[in-house]
Amino acid sequence: MRFARTPHVARKELAEAVAGGVFALMAAAMVVPLLLIVGYLVFMAWPVLGWEFIVDVPRRGMTDGGIWPAFVGTIYLVVLSLMVSAPIGVLAAVYLNEYAKDNWFNRVVNLAVINLAGVPSIVHALFGLGAFVYAARFGYSILAASLTLAIMTLPVIIASTREALASVPMSFREACWNVGATRWQTIRAVVLPNSISGILTGVILQVSRAAGETAPVMFTGAVFFKAVERGELFAYGLREQCMALSMHLYTLATQVPNVKEALPYATAVVLLGSVLLVNASAIALRVWLRGRKKW
Amino acid sequence: MEIEVRDLRLASDSQEVLHGISFDVHRNEILAVIGPAQSGKSSLLRCLNRTTDFVASATVSGTIRVAGEDVRRTRDVFALRRKIGMVAPLPVGLPLSIYDNVAFAPRCSGLTRRADLDPIVERCLRQAALWDEVKDRLRSLGTALSGGQQQRLTIARALSHQPEILCLDEFSIAIDPVTTMRIEDVLKELRREITIVLVTNLTQQARRLSDRTMFLWDGELVELDRSEVIFSDRARSPRTRDYVNGVFG
Repeated sequence: MRFARTPHVARKELAEAVAGGVFALMAAAMVVPLLLIVGYLVFMAWPVLGWEFIVDVPRRGMTDGGIWPAFVGTIYLVVLSLMVSAPIGVLAAVYLNEYAKDNWFNRVVNLAVINLAGVPSIVHALFGLGAFVYAARFGYSILAASLTLAIMTLPVIIASTREALASVPMSFREACWNVGATRWQTIRAVVLPNSISGILTGVILQVSRAAGETAPVMFTGAVFFKAVERGELFAYGLREQCMALSMHLYTLATQVPNVKEALPYATAVVLLGSVLLVNASAIALRVWLRGRKKW
Repeated sequence: MEIEVRDLRLASDSQEVLHGISFDVHRNEILAVIGPAQSGKSSLLRCLNRTTDFVASATVSGTIRVAGEDVRRTRDVFALRRKIGMVAPLPVGLPLSIYDNVAFAPRCSGLTRRADLDPIVERCLRQAALWDEVKDRLRSLGTALSGGQQQRLTIARALSHQPEILCLDEFSIAIDPVTTMRIEDVLKELRREITIVLVTNLTQQARRLSDRTMFLWDGELVELDRSEVIFSDRARSPRTRDYVNGVFG
């Protein structure tokens, strides 16, 4: 028997080909700007790019040298902020997903999380300035800046953690409850071990946001220049101000005259590179943990 | 009297699912609960061990006594749930080892020593007719077992907290006939020690296993009698007769 090729079939096939083509084109369009950006940055940064650029300090009024103080400052800010926001965010998400009943209190909390996630970073910056720098008297400091970043990343960590928890099948929880396990026993034995990969991925992805934002740290603790020894790891105290990569990029590009041309580009490459490295490690971690997934 | 239910009403989202049900379950009997889908069979089981607590929209009224204890007033709901073993329709192997699946409940109630847990695990797996198949790989994953094996693992887990009552909710819908028959043999063994409530869609299964049978229809108890009565033309309600004869449902 032969399948008849009616006009309807021909139209269908054409539509299918066009649709597939358009979608593929749009998907490919995503790659082009990324390649252009990264390629251009690396090309422009090439003369100074290298290990020396990372571990050296800025020289000759910031027109030469490296970015060590900013690099290590960003690490301080990111690590500290996640030390605050990750535990709070994960625990709050466990409450919201596993314990919370549908009442006014939890509706208010949910609303707060959603709205907090939509607040622009400049508003977070102003809040941090008022709350941590002045009201809490932390002054312009790493502490104030990290806390500001923590508040900025908190709602996203809550959302991603809830998603990870919700992916654990309900039947697992019911099986535990049926044998007389409490909610906490259920969470500890079954829910958390099976959602930890999603939770960690969500947290790690916030590293890139915390590292990249300029406004929150500029208002609360990042400075134009800070003298730090070359390659010194413990460069700052908690109550001190620090340099940060994002802010450093901004100052090099707009505030300092006669900067060596490659410097801002190289700074951008380092910022982008470290963020991509962290994200890649998140993906690797997820793949590894998913390989051990048990159902 | 092992279970005593009086005027049980269950509403979910202001829609009543059970409309005032009263019945008793005697010690060491197998009570079958039959009825078409959506007749409230599974909801009834949820009321017994108060897992309705986890459904925010559920409201329960009436009295339920399990082993003399008022379910809705009990101080220790976790101890109450341990008096009842629950087996769900689809086998749920927890993503833990076979050993840990069975040892989970004893651990939750405070047992931690291997010397205490080992005999419990072996007893339950033997009772569920699974021991011989898994005794050499107790450390491998429970979720890696076949469907029928997982269902027997679920039964072993339900027995691990030494329940006085075992409730099975359509345990055979996801497993093959051979495994079903093996589990039915297990149930016949178990009835000497514990009381069994068997929710089932298979009228033949209810007829084979049960001492008494309860016919639920649309949240109402139509008839409860000895199984030889229900599965004969002596059933009082014409609806019961029609259902067990396959006229509807």
